[in-house]
Amino acid sequence: MPDAALAAKTVELRILRYRPASDERPSYESFHVPYSQEMSVLEALQSIKDTLDGSLSFRWSCRMAVCGSCGMMINGKPQLACSTFLRNLPPGPVTLEPLNNFPIERDLVVTVGDFVKKIESIYPYIIPKVPRTIEEGAYLQTPAQMAAYESFSDCINCMLCYAACPQFGENPDFIGPGAMALLQRYNGDSRDGGQRLRLDQIHGENGVWSCTAVGYCSEVCPKQVDPANAVNQNKTNSAFDFFLSFVRKA
Amino acid sequence: MDYYDADVLIVGAGGAGLRAAIAVAEADPSAKIALVSKVYPMRSHTVAAEGGSAGVIQTTDSLDAHFNDTVHGGDWLCEQDVVEFFVSRSTAEMIQLEHWGCPWSRKPDGNINVRAFGGMKIERTWFAADRSGFHTLHTLFQTSIKYPSIKRFDEYFCVDLYVDDGRAQGATVLSPSTGEFTAIGARAVILATGGAGRVFRQNTNGGIVTGDGMALAYRHGVPLRDMEFMQYHPTCMPGSGILFTEACRGEGGHLLNKDGYRYLQDYGLGPVTPEPRNKTMELGPRDRLSQAFWQESKKGRTVETPQGDVVYLDMRHLGRAKLKERLPLICDLAEEFMDLDPADSPIPVRPAVHYTMGGIVADIRTATPLAGLYAAGECSSVGIHGANRLGSNSLAELFVFGHVAGDEALKFSKGAPAVKTDRLLDQAKASAAKVVALRDQKGGGIRHADLRKEMAMTMEEGCGIYRTAADMQATCDKLAELKRQFRDVTIEDRSAVWNTDWISAVELGYQLDVAEAVAHSALLRKESRGAHQRIDGYEARDDVNFLAHSLANYREGAAPEITYGPVKITRSKPGERAYGALGEALEVKEEKKDAAHA
Repeated sequence: MPDAALAAKTVELRILRYRPASDERPSYESFHVPYSQEMSVLEALQSIKDTLDGSLSFRWSCRMAVCGSCGMMINGKPQLACSTFLRNLPPGPVTLEPLNNFPIERDLVVTVGDFVKKIESIYPYIIPKVPRTIEEGAYLQTPAQMAAYESFSDCINCMLCYAACPQFGENPDFIGPGAMALLQRYNGDSRDGGQRLRLDQIHGENGVWSCTAVGYCSEVCPKQVDPANAVNQNKTNSAFDFFLSFVRKA
Repeated sequence: MDYYDADVLIVGAGGAGLRAAIAVAEADPSAKIALVSKVYPMRSHTVAAEGGSAGVIQTTDSLDAHFNDTVHGGDWLCEQDVVEFFVSRSTAEMIQLEHWGCPWSRKPDGNINVRAFGGMKIERTWFAADRSGFHTLHTLFQTSIKYPSIKRFDEYFCVDLYVDDGRAQGATVLSPSTGEFTAIGARAVILATGGAGRVFRQNTNGGIVTGDGMALAYRHGVPLRDMEFMQYHPTCMPGSGILFTEACRGEGGHLLNKDGYRYLQDYGLGPVTPEPRNKTMELGPRDRLSQAFWQESKKGRTVETPQGDVVYLDMRHLGRAKLKERLPLICDLAEEFMDLDPADSPIPVRPAVHYTMGGIVADIRTATPLAGLYAAGECSSVGIHGANRLGSNSLAELFVFGHVAGDEALKFSKGAPAVKTDRLLDQAKASAAKVVALRDQKGGGIRHADLRKEMAMTMEEGCGIYRTAADMQATCDKLAELKRQFRDVTIEDRSAVWNTDWISAVELGYQLDVAEAVAHSALLRKESRGAHQRIDGYEARDDVNFLAHSLANYREGAAPEITYGPVKITRSKPGERAYGALGEALEVKEEKKDAAHA
């Protein structure tokens, strides 16, 4: 086989690695794996781990873009490794780095706990407007009422939007796009009456007003959740609420 | 070693584990709950379930009909008292999830909508578009945050159960992020760790579905029941095995062979009708459809591809609007992964392993034979699926039996004496030392990744859609050899932090034990029933000798011992299992008989 044909059948992955026990700082390491038309970035990583270097660490599970585990920077852009295919990337080496704006624990593994705490902080559950027993059956909710929150309920917690958010990069305490989308998911649900409880998270010092409306969060979202829209809706609500607070005082 | 003291320990935080945790928290807010999961709960494999969850809600439907569909679908290997209980509790669980915010799809008037599913006589599958698992899991996870008594151990991997004085009393868990172990003591333990589909090569399962809880219980002497029944889902992505939900067919999709012919009519599933007809053609059960694919492939009427033979899932006639509304995830998967639009092109599909019907033997209260140990969800065998599970019964199972497990474990914990901390710590240290020894052993240079591939390959060869004694024996032999080789594994990575090389080696140990239980149970079942089909002289169901549950009993350093237990029959005597026109005729006959008796 001519050299060119051989070269065409492999792909180079340039991976930012960091092993806390031995490395002072992260550095790049290159691997070459056989290329195929069907191969995702995740499968390329698995191929490295299974055949070349078992010590390479990354999270993954479902392989079908729904569990939210395998977010990483692929050629500088936050993406899911399982649904990014080599065939759709420009020719040449593929650069893989852990998600931006998160502390690196090892290789492509970043710290998730702070993000989960943000989710926990926004009362992410129905606080019933009108409580109902099981015997009374399901609430009525028309398709139009569902549409008010449904897209925000599609967030898979993959954190790509946080890696895309310049504000979160500067202030890790910023509530951020994903948690704000989840907040809007419950605030917009006709069954929920917990809006007042969630106000502090909206207009506190790390709430929506920290957002500078770059909109990159919505661009990188793999599920079209449009967190920027959630932040915007909450800015409107927050402003309205601010105004109301004066009216009430008067 | 760190130590944590709980009243109820739950291992696994998917649908069943989270439902159990909430049940305990609601029943007794003062009970301390430890909820351990090797991934963040919302990553659990429940997330990947697509089609929906069964619960009788239409006025034309009945609990009897759901019971009959389930028992027939399971080829009469179901525990009928458990099925009766299950169908009676399911709808309430769906409503509970609705109250907690699950965005179940609605009719225009705001009422719950239900869709058709394979093997179900009447539409009773509640759905949240085609992300039913995703939405139920996120609803449960987010709701669980409400309860301060639930102490989560996110990203903690269970390496052993703590059994003392004949009771399960805790577990030893490893935090990948630090490499440190924690001993968790508890008065009762629930396993909710999911299935074991990754022991097969082409499968729909996430990487985490490695049978951990099954192996943990099995090694402590709890039998694994009905493990030979592994479900092949008929419509999966060639190569990766990623699932295209049965709802594709519930909404009206067709299966076509290479000539564009709806071949299921040749396998007792007809007649062909323009509109979808329940329990007919594409709405037949999964075992029958996967078997029909295999037959069709033998006849040379499938399409060869580099990823194996395929048929086509054709949904073009449903139109783009309906596809986007009812099956948005399927559309995304087809577009992103295969560069095709299901509104314009049929999707190439083939069967892949999807679900573990068997599991940790447990009774109607989810209690296992080991005192203090409960099991719920796919890791368990409470007995509702028999030899073939019906689609949309497994999500419902998570909620019904997760709830029961929470209630029962809490009850047990009230009467259980406190854990003896020093004894727990001694055993936990011993368990941890074993796992560390595996990481640090010199070994013989064998890579666990190679063994995993060989295991998955031999399982597919010996325990696939159709089975023969020779192939199953070869698989049993191969597994024994792989277990020997596993002792000589060398783990490249010896570091502490995020050593996933090490964790997947421990998982492989679990998988090999579970795979052996599957292969040996299969070899000894000399009949064909549900998902276990033989083509070596045992083509018929044999109720005289095999209307019995298999029980795989663990033996250290040897193949499992397979014994058998009785099947609970209450009101459905084993009969002919048929679908399509014959199935309808048999049902009419049955109804007439019932009317005559009444």
